[in-house]
Amino acid sequence: MLSVRDLHSYYGKSHIVQGVDLDIGAGEIVSLLGRNGAGKTTTLKSLVGLVSGSEGRVELDGRRIDGNRTCAIARQGVVLVPEHRGIFAELTVEENLAIAERRGSGRTRSAVYDLFPRLAERRCNRGDAISGGEQQMLAIGRAVLCSPKVLLLDEPTEGLAPVIVDELIRIVRGLAQEGIAVLVVEQNIRFCEAVASRHYILSQGKIVFEGTSDEFGRASDARETYLALGSPGKSAGDAQTIRQGINQ
Amino acid sequence: MASMLLSQVANGVGIGIIYFMIAVGMSITFGMMRFLNIAHGGFYLLGAYVGFELVQQTGSFWFALVGAPICIGLVAWLSEPAFSVLYRLSHNMQILATLGLALVIQETVVLVWDTVGKHVAAPGGLVGAVAFGDFVYPRYRLFVICVGVVLAAGLWLLLERTNYGAVLRAGTQSTDDIELLGIDIRRVFAATFGLGAGLAGLAGVLAAPIRGVEPFMGPEALAIAFVVVVVGGLGSFFGALAGGLLIGIIQSTTSVFWPAASGVAMYVGMAAIMLIRPRGLLGRA
Repeated sequence: MLSVRDLHSYYGKSHIVQGVDLDIGAGEIVSLLGRNGAGKTTTLKSLVGLVSGSEGRVELDGRRIDGNRTCAIARQGVVLVPEHRGIFAELTVEENLAIAERRGSGRTRSAVYDLFPRLAERRCNRGDAISGGEQQMLAIGRAVLCSPKVLLLDEPTEGLAPVIVDELIRIVRGLAQEGIAVLVVEQNIRFCEAVASRHYILSQGKIVFEGTSDEFGRASDARETYLALGSPGKSAGDAQTIRQGINQ
Repeated sequence: MASMLLSQVANGVGIGIIYFMIAVGMSITFGMMRFLNIAHGGFYLLGAYVGFELVQQTGSFWFALVGAPICIGLVAWLSEPAFSVLYRLSHNMQILATLGLALVIQETVVLVWDTVGKHVAAPGGLVGAVAFGDFVYPRYRLFVICVGVVLAAGLWLLLERTNYGAVLRAGTQSTDDIELLGIDIRRVFAATFGLGAGLAGLAGVLAAPIRGVEPFMGPEALAIAFVVVVVGGLGSFFGALAGGLLIGIIQSTTSVFWPAASGVAMYVGMAAIMLIRPRGLLGRA
């Protein structure tokens, strides 16, 4: 679905992303992990044309999209939910959704309200008068209205209560089941292990690990070196518990 | 005395509505695109002259009232891509470039229509005055107030009740976040720029029967638009409305008590508001 080859990005003279390759298939959830400053957010922004100094080949269903403008990339189906969520403070929840809704796309506001009933209750509230969790749901709901083929989520669980994180896990899995490819950038490994089937680790702008969840679980060296986890085994156990909890 | 004061307040409202039309376009272009357009007064000037010319050619003020703003708006809308190269520049560069453009517009007007002022007559039905008891008021000025009220209501509906308006309000917060939703912000900019220019053009046509038409009305309009935008708050629709009305009323009531000070009164008013509310009456940031 989305294929990225030799992606390089620069902010001024700093070489932030140094030759990243990524592949995400339809309906697949992939995580991109790494420490602060590893280049994760810059990678996502580069994919949607928000970093002017970036090079490389980005293909969506075999068609090149690199070099296109951000709005064109979004229309083609690569939609980013940024770390700051990008909710418009002066607009109501309803208006935030309405500006993203497109006639004939099959995605409607009422479907988003079905997915996030809390948003329906907050419909008339301003974007800055809802909680962080509601803002994240609004941001994802709004991205869904853009009919994404590939959804890029930048730190979706940041600052959210565990119960809301569980809700997000359910939502993200549901979107993948509809065939949407999801790339999640996260610090929260528990979340990544719960949703993603493959993982990439980014360090100093380069991919230093790539593997399935099983391989990721066994790669304690990579985890320790590049993610600096106190106790990787425990974390994997947590994810196991979450998975079981959700399957029940 | 009371009747005179009332009439000056009404005059102030009429002038204020015209100020609002000039300023609102500049305020929104700045709020959304961070683009400081010194040539905005040129749209007002061109509106007045194109209006004058249409009246000359067709004999119909009504045709000019509709036609001139549409002309100005269309030209601005189509030429917006040329302006857009300025968005990325510093404000100093924007001021220099658009100041140059303002002079080009002004001198072009002089070339085409020469420096002598022109008179535009109010349409037949709006000549003379209406009396409300003791209070007598010129029909044409009353008409301007009515147009302003209808226009302000229409603009409010456009901004608050349509998707275009929502995108516009959102765009003043972040243009990148708009683009992430697949909305082409440049097209929204271009339409908004055309709308703002058309409104300034409409102000020019409406002002023509009151103050005549002359090539140097652009800088005057620009100075007023600046004051209105600063008083009302940058990027705020209601700020431009409140600022326009306030400045119009201050200006026309001062002219009763102290005519010599009426020119400077609006700057004093602006300074006072800056001291109390540095962001302007309805400004955010």
